[in-house]
Amino acid sequence: MIVIVDYDAGNVRSVQRACVEVGGDAVISSDPADVARAERVIFPGVGAAGAAMRNLRARGLDVALVAAVQAGKPVLGICMGMQIALDRSEENDQETLGLVAGRVRRFAFANPALKVPHMGWNAVSVRRPHPLLNGLEQGDEYYFVHAYYPVPEDPDVVCAVADYEGEFCCALARGSFFATQFHPEKSGRVGLGLLERFAAWDGRA
Amino acid sequence: MLSKRVISCLDVRDGKLAKSVKFVNTRDIGDPVEKAREYYLDGLDELVFYDITASSDRRRIILDVVEAVAEQVFIPLSVGGGVRSVADATDLRLAGADKINVNSAAVRRPALIAECADAVGGQNIVLSMDIRHVGASRAFPSGHEVVIDGGRQPMGIDALAWVREGERLGAGELVVNSIDADGTRDGYALQLTRMISDATRLPVIASGGAGTPAHLYDVLTEGGADAALVASMVHYGDYTVSGLKRYLNERGVKIRMSW
Repeated sequence: MIVIVDYDAGNVRSVQRACVEVGGDAVISSDPADVARAERVIFPGVGAAGAAMRNLRARGLDVALVAAVQAGKPVLGICMGMQIALDRSEENDQETLGLVAGRVRRFAFANPALKVPHMGWNAVSVRRPHPLLNGLEQGDEYYFVHAYYPVPEDPDVVCAVADYEGEFCCALARGSFFATQFHPEKSGRVGLGLLERFAAWDGRA
Repeated sequence: MLSKRVISCLDVRDGKLAKSVKFVNTRDIGDPVEKAREYYLDGLDELVFYDITASSDRRRIILDVVEAVAEQVFIPLSVGGGVRSVADATDLRLAGADKINVNSAAVRRPALIAECADAVGGQNIVLSMDIRHVGASRAFPSGHEVVIDGGRQPMGIDALAWVREGERLGAGELVVNSIDADGTRDGYALQLTRMISDATRLPVIASGGAGTPAHLYDVLTEGGADAALVASMVHYGDYTVSGLKRYLNERGVKIRMSW
C-alpha cells in the first residue's frame, strides 16, 4: 500500500490517479499513523515552502516523514516534496526537513527571455544510475513547474539533471528517499514508468 | 532548454466536443474523453478544455468531463470557460485541472486574476485573451482591442495594456487568441503574437488560425510563441499530433519526441 501524503499542498489526486494507472494501490492521507504503517510513501506538493512546512508540522507529518526515511521505507518526494527535503529554502527563508544536506534557490536570470517559473517539458540526463531511473532513455522529457531548485551539498546524491540556462539537480536520492523536481504524474508514459518502478522498489539503491 | 509545446483545445458544450468557426455556428464532433485520450497517446504536450455550455447546470457537466479525462490523461490539463470566482477555480482543480483559464470574467473584474492566483498558485492561472485588430489609435496604441464573450463584446481595452495588467495581477501564462484568425486556417496572427511575446515575461500560447504545419513553425519561431494551440487541424483528422511534432522537430524546433 502506497500512502500519498496530503498536507493541503495540491495535486494529491493527480498522483493517486497516476498510481492507479500503473496498478499501484494508493490511498490519500494526512494522518501520521498511516505514514508509519505504509509500505511506501509519496510526498507530493505544489505551493510555497512556508505554508508546506506549517501544514506538515501542524499534523505531525514532518516527524512521520523523517521517521519513515530513517526506517528505510521507500519514500518518493515530488516537486515541493523534493525541495522541502533539504535543509533550507530561499522561498519564505524557510527551514525545511533536512533529509538531504543543501539549500533551495530561486532561478534568477539576467536574460528576460528566460521565464520563471521554469514551466514545460525538459530533457532529463542521468548522472548516477538508480533503480527508479532504469529504462530512462536519452532525450526523455518530463514536465516541470517550479521557480526554485535544489542545490544539494553532496554531489553524490544527484541522480539526474536538467538544463535551464545551466544544469540543475532534478532527481536526487539518499538511502530509501528519492525525489524529483519534475512531475512524473504529468509526464506521460515516461513519468508513469517511474511511478511503476517506485511501486515495486525495495528502497535500496 | 524547454521544449516548445503543441497544445490542443477541445471546446466542450453539454459534455460533447464542439468546434467553433469564428466563434459562431459550433457543431458537435465527438466525445471529449475519447479525443483527449487519443491525443495524449499520440504525443500531445498539454490539453485545454474550454466549456462553452450555456445551460445553468453547466458546472457539474464540465467537472464530470474533467474528472473522466484526468483519470486517463497524464499530461497537464488546463480548463476554462465561464470561470467567475475562486470557487469555480478550486472546484476545477479538485476535479483534476492543473491550470485554470480565466477570460471574460477577468476582463470585467481584473481582481479575479489575483484572487485565483492566491488560491491555486499564479503559475496555474492562464489568462486567455480574445483579441481583435482595430488599427493603431490613441485609444489602442497596440492596434488591437480586447473582446469578450466569445468575441461578441468589444471592451475598449488595449491588448498590450491588458497583457501588462494580467502579468501584474499574477497570471502565470497567456493565451493569445486572434478573433480575426480564429477558424480561418490561414495561419496564426504572427505580428500580434510577436508583439505580446516581446512585451511579457510570461509564456505565450498562440491560438487561432492554424491550418498547416508551417503555421505552427512560423508562430513558434517568428511569432515568438512558447506553445501553439491546434483545434480543427487535428479534430477533423487532416493532421495528427505526432505528425505535427515530427514536422516541427525535423525543422529544428525543440520539441518533445518521446512519449
